[in-house]
Amino acid sequence: MQYKSQAVAKLYFIAAIGLFVGQILFGVILGLQYVIGDFLFPEIPFNVARMVHTNLLIVWLLFGFMGAAYYLVPEEAERELVSPGLAVLMFWVFLIAGALTILGYLLVPYSGLAQMTGNDLLPTMGREFLEQPTITKIGIVVVALAFLYNIGMTILSGRKTVVNLVLLIGLVGLAVFFLFSFYNPDNLVKDKYYWWWVVHLWVEGVWELILGSILAFVLIKTTGVDREVIEKWLYVIIAMTLITGIIGTGHHYYWIGTPDYWQWWGSVFSAMEPIPFFMMTVFAFNMVNRRRRNHPNKAAVLWALGTAVMAFLGAGVWGFLHTLAPVNYYTHGTQITAAHGHMAFYGAYVMIVLTMISYAMPMLRGRKAASSNRSQVLEMWSFWLMTVSMVFITLFLTGAGILQTYLQRYSDTPLPFMVVQEKIELFYWMREVAGVVFLIGLLVYIASFFVGTKEPEVVLEQTDA
Amino acid sequence: MSQAFTKAMARNIFYGGSVFFFLLFLALTFDSEATFPERDNRQNITESVAMGKRLWEENNCIGCHTLLGEGAYFAPELGNAYKRLGGREGIMAFIMSRPKDGVPGRRSMPQFNFTQEELEALADFLKYVSEINTADWPPNIQG
Repeated sequence: MQYKSQAVAKLYFIAAIGLFVGQILFGVILGLQYVIGDFLFPEIPFNVARMVHTNLLIVWLLFGFMGAAYYLVPEEAERELVSPGLAVLMFWVFLIAGALTILGYLLVPYSGLAQMTGNDLLPTMGREFLEQPTITKIGIVVVALAFLYNIGMTILSGRKTVVNLVLLIGLVGLAVFFLFSFYNPDNLVKDKYYWWWVVHLWVEGVWELILGSILAFVLIKTTGVDREVIEKWLYVIIAMTLITGIIGTGHHYYWIGTPDYWQWWGSVFSAMEPIPFFMMTVFAFNMVNRRRRNHPNKAAVLWALGTAVMAFLGAGVWGFLHTLAPVNYYTHGTQITAAHGHMAFYGAYVMIVLTMISYAMPMLRGRKAASSNRSQVLEMWSFWLMTVSMVFITLFLTGAGILQTYLQRYSDTPLPFMVVQEKIELFYWMREVAGVVFLIGLLVYIASFFVGTKEPEVVLEQTDA
Repeated sequence: MSQAFTKAMARNIFYGGSVFFFLLFLALTFDSEATFPERDNRQNITESVAMGKRLWEENNCIGCHTLLGEGAYFAPELGNAYKRLGGREGIMAFIMSRPKDGVPGRRSMPQFNFTQEELEALADFLKYVSEINTADWPPNIQG
């Protein structure tokens, strides 16, 4: 660790991992509710558990992004953070606001929460992923502004690297597009149209800039490849991301009351969305193959390569699977969507945050570059457990989705929703088993921080360039 | 990547491409807004429909159901519930019929204890949604 203020990242990473555990616990509950319909009913109905599952994911990824920014920005800018104190303060504000919101979901009926928090004054609640009370949303904006001030001033008054600038553009975009969550007209078509400006333009737009810059940073550090080369790749990848992804929003505008021409715009552009992800895979493997040195943190390199591969599979391949309008006509809003959502979020955003944590945590904990061998071996076990089980979760949900699509939408005698759900139960059981393995993988991941802490760190001999 | 293709060129493609396609997206959005009145059934957004939408939101219906295919996949699509359940009466009867403690071993919608006015607002909202022009989606009545 070159700058003292980078240390604030540690808080953010620990919170991220803690909330990650909560997210997965609720995921396992949801999976069980799919097969045992009255599990925890009416205490924790499905919709509440789902809200906790998805909101925790979003919040812990944001913690991860902020932690990543606080770690890498000083190193790139070659100066201390403008205000480490503000970073710590905002950490607690965000954590407490997040915890209160989750507790609100669990302890108060949702309509009661809406009343308590004055949803009537500015109704923004009750839309998928944007379920937070309006007051929480305002809190998120405040935290985001303070964060952007801190990061932005550090970047602008320090060395300006491409990694830092791309990260900053991504983070500013994240904050700007979140503002559309405050727009909630009575007209459902307009509501849905601009809801996607938060959801799609986040995950298939500006978040990919954040992903790209973190990946570039870790690859610069672990491979020793010339920064010029990596930065050129970064520009090309994010250029393709936005060129395909912005108009690609159209793949959400097929069946929600929007003009028919979106079926063409959405299909053509979103069919190209896998390209930047494929380039990212080529990029990551290329840089590691051309490495000038072997980095002792092998786990971090594994996570980085894993991110590139799984993001391509989850976001690219599984996205393409159902993105063309004629296909989407049958698959829209089925388990196919759920399958894609799981692998895409894990592959792209969970894994990039874990990549950054893997790279930075040894230094944040006072080591020179890497954890002990025993710790890294365990971490790599958790990598494979979580990644392979996520592949199976995705495959089982895809199986369920194909059957659902056929039985409910495609066959000559379409069956009712609940009849179909019972027929495909086997796949939900298999998904639940895979989910439990994922949880075990996560526990192994946490254990990896506590083993071999007293053992010396891995040191590698330098290879020839 | 080859030496002839410089970092400055890559940067220009990023900035130029992003700005161009964002402006194109804005243009398409303006055009979409112009066509919305023909498709989005706005003439039928009454006070009751607006109240129904608020109830829909404040009870987090999207946490289990899909509406025009978006939401959770735990319970049936409701964009065409008006047609599938047999109109307003069918919708109100179904919502009222839900047992407070659920159904053993099965998924069941909670009992929300809505007033008559609230039930009617929800039914009006779902009727309004069912009349939005969705390019013939869903493929059949099962949603």
